[in-house]
Amino acid sequence: MLAQDEPPNPWVSVDYVRDNADAILAATREHVTLTLVSVVLGLLLAVPLALLARRFRRLETPVVGFAGVLYTIPSLALFAVLAPVTGLSEKTVVIGLTAYTLLVLVRNVLAGLDGVPDDVREAARGMGVGGLQMLARVELPLALPAIVAGLRVATVSTVALVTVGVVVGHGGLGQLLFAGFNNNLYRAEIFTATALCVLLALAADLLLLGAERLLTPWARRTRAAA
Amino acid sequence: MGPSHPGGGVSLVADTARWLADGEHWTGSGGVPARLVEHLTVSGAAVALAALVALPVALWLGHIGRGGLLVVGLANASRAVPTFGVLIILVATPVGFGDRATVVALLLFAIPAILTNAYVGVRDVDKDARDAARGMGMSGWQVLRRVEVPLALPLILAGLRTASVQVVATATLAAYVGGGGLGRLIADGFGRADPAMTAAGGVLVAALALLVEVVLGAVQKRVTPGPRRRMPASAVDAAALPV
Repeated sequence: MLAQDEPPNPWVSVDYVRDNADAILAATREHVTLTLVSVVLGLLLAVPLALLARRFRRLETPVVGFAGVLYTIPSLALFAVLAPVTGLSEKTVVIGLTAYTLLVLVRNVLAGLDGVPDDVREAARGMGVGGLQMLARVELPLALPAIVAGLRVATVSTVALVTVGVVVGHGGLGQLLFAGFNNNLYRAEIFTATALCVLLALAADLLLLGAERLLTPWARRTRAAA
Repeated sequence: MGPSHPGGGVSLVADTARWLADGEHWTGSGGVPARLVEHLTVSGAAVALAALVALPVALWLGHIGRGGLLVVGLANASRAVPTFGVLIILVATPVGFGDRATVVALLLFAIPAILTNAYVGVRDVDKDARDAARGMGMSGWQVLRRVEVPLALPLILAGLRTASVQVVATATLAAYVGGGGLGRLIADGFGRADPAMTAAGGVLVAALALLVEVVLGAVQKRVTPGPRRRMPASAVDAAALPV
């Protein structure tokens, strides 16, 4: 086919977005849900793992090492091994993505808790704070900047990784991406899906940053100085 | 998934092992060795080209001590971009299908890790060492070549290791845009609804990524002088922590 015979195939098309608004919304919704569930599950696993590693220091190397091994396994490979057991389902994607968040989350929760000054702990103990209260009211709040930093990295990476879920039929915006590929390289579909994916990652990042600022008002002055 | 796995996980493990042990799967153009060679060729080309682009820039910026925000910003921003999206975008450009698109996509994603680590490595070379070299009458180029690069070598290699592991992992996606490599086993396994083949592909790719990590980690450790072995494994890792 000669070049001038080819139908136009623009990268950016308002028509495409308007005509496919429902599909785009559905894909975005799946993308957000998969990311949210995976990161929240990752955090729910990472906090106790980090506490365990802190309580029993000899567990730190195996715990972080195991998370590191998981992190090194390519997502497509993990989905491939999981899919025959968990099926072509969202479950497969969530298990895989949760596994990837563990390394950065465990490491940052640990670093945050380790960074709490002993003086602060002493002072709190002097005021009669102990045990779980110490953790909930002193240590975790002070570790929050490190934890949120980990959450930001984990969330942004997860948003990008969700697209690979397309291999088991649940890739959020990745579904559109791959549909565009199969649809004679429909550029508007490919580009819109990729751009939305990047925007979603940036939005999530800013949201977490904003949440951190709201939750740690005392850190504002140090940040301004840094 | 298929009716072939009534026993779930246990029979899958057995079937996967049987698939891997079948000599037929280890010969010919679609066999594991041929796919492995394809995988390593594409990955090697991507890492080599990325290093060719990133290292000179990183060494120069580190030497003059500028551009830190740009380098770290690029590394952070690259995390937000889905590799799969870039790969398919490239396929829809004149780059076209197959290995060429894969190599370009992979090299783009390998650059940040190499750039950040080499940059931080050179920039953070002890000021005294740099001053001493200057005092001995070395030129800027000589300082870079004979003092800064040798001292930054562990981090430079950490960047190459991080990039290589990532590239080997991501090269798996090539199979979905008409490329070769071990990802073909996974893609074809899914396509034929053959769980044993899918899982075998997954196991092979995972083993390859872990092997690259371990081997390059050992190389990195060997060239790191004893007293400095406790430095952060990679500046990219370190950058993830709020310092």
